[in-house]
Amino acid sequence: MAHKNNGSNGHRHAAGKPTRYSAFGLFRRGLSRSDWPRAWQERPLKSTYDVVIIGGGIHGLATAYYLAANHGITNVAVLDKGYLGGGGSGRNTAILRSNYLTPEGVRFYDRSLHLYERLSSELNFNVMFSQRGHMTLAHNDNSLRTLRWRAEVNKLQGVDSEVIDPDEIKKLVPYLDTSTDTRYPILGALYHPPGGIIRHDAVVWGYARAADAHGVHLHQNTEVTGIETAGGRVTGVRTTKGDISTPVVVNCTAGWSSLISDMAGVDMPVTTSPLQAAVTEPVKPFLGTVVVSGTLHVYVSQTDRGELVFGASVDPFTSYSMRGSLEFAEGLAGHVLELMPAVSKMRLLRQWAGLCDMTPDYSPIMGPTHVDGFHVDVGWGTYGFKAGPVSGEAMADTVANGRPPEIIAPFGIDRFTTGQLVGEKGAAAVGH
Amino acid sequence: MIQLPCPWCGPRNASEFTHHGEVTSRPDVGTATPEEWRRYLYFRQNANGWVDENWYHTAGCRRFIRVRRHTLSNETEAAR
Repeated sequence: MAHKNNGSNGHRHAAGKPTRYSAFGLFRRGLSRSDWPRAWQERPLKSTYDVVIIGGGIHGLATAYYLAANHGITNVAVLDKGYLGGGGSGRNTAILRSNYLTPEGVRFYDRSLHLYERLSSELNFNVMFSQRGHMTLAHNDNSLRTLRWRAEVNKLQGVDSEVIDPDEIKKLVPYLDTSTDTRYPILGALYHPPGGIIRHDAVVWGYARAADAHGVHLHQNTEVTGIETAGGRVTGVRTTKGDISTPVVVNCTAGWSSLISDMAGVDMPVTTSPLQAAVTEPVKPFLGTVVVSGTLHVYVSQTDRGELVFGASVDPFTSYSMRGSLEFAEGLAGHVLELMPAVSKMRLLRQWAGLCDMTPDYSPIMGPTHVDGFHVDVGWGTYGFKAGPVSGEAMADTVANGRPPEIIAPFGIDRFTTGQLVGEKGAAAVGH
Repeated sequence: MIQLPCPWCGPRNASEFTHHGEVTSRPDVGTATPEEWRRYLYFRQNANGWVDENWYHTAGCRRFIRVRRHTLSNETEAAR
């Protein structure tokens, strides 16, 4: 039984399409000083939906948007136990790239990058994608060999990617210590010009607004407590706001995906570990490229506001805790100073953690399961945000056509029982 | 920092240990099918709550120990 919605939300329905954002609109609102309308509505929970998507992050919202936009399926609910984009979508370090190692991975992430490139105009929402280039450093011969391998795989797939030497690195990022007498000398880098950073909240909000405009229902603070099945089919979802009957459920809950799949009786080859990140005080622009070091387990970029954003690899044990730790901050500082001694006086403002659902082969798990109507879009480890648009597009396709499209065919859950793993050593958590 | 109750060394920082994950039961080598082996290799409960785990005291006594840990609060106790 659906609970009655508490009055304040239902009244503000804007009729028809949402306000179109434009420079002229901004100017006019500036003069009139009138309030902006809500970007999306909170609607009462219905007792029946054609599709229920669990998880209101980029994957869930993108799936809902593409279901509506590409396939005309709009009787869709997106449920989130907290607020939209409060999980991995708001905790990642917002780096986009497609220079992976396996051909399956490169094709997949490159499609995502292309969708990101036109996302601002498609959603009429400025997602602030800055294609400033992405650089993965090598500190030993093995890493350099892997980077060369990656560059060749990338080029075969038509992705702009090349190994560059320390002189070229120094030209692109003058503040990097490229001297040869350091503990981890920089021998070269994989340079990927189309990579960059994006405003991750804007992507979430853009998809939410666009999905809402198509009539998708977004339910925040609605936790799923059970999934009903009958005769090997999904029949409904129990939530803290009431029960829903639905023939299709899509699990887009990343770090919590084992728990949701458990409710449907689907086992997962997934473990959950925190990944920590931190941000410094803002300074003037000096770092024009994303810099990554697999050996030192650190990635650095400078935001449009001037802060340095640092990320690390996942914590060395499983946990659902999202608390930061002192040993992370200490290790991170050491590694960053190894690369850029000039930032030693900068202060950290914040640190946080997000949950990563790690798979044995560092590739995602996407598509149908042995429970009819229960689809998974999980195993997103350290690479979920950059895959958001293509995952949404592919999962919408899977739901609409009843089978996964070719681009995600290698990522089915069956691969863990048939042994056809997709070993993605180009993922951020893998030490090279 | 999480402390783990090593039965040989006393409570020690988690950074001294290597996490080997939840306790699983290995199928019979003689009779297991490839599918059963792969389930044993890859599939995990990944529970949010109290879990029995194996840890290796890499920078200490170099023994495997079994610890009961809450995966949300990271509280630990020696496993029964």
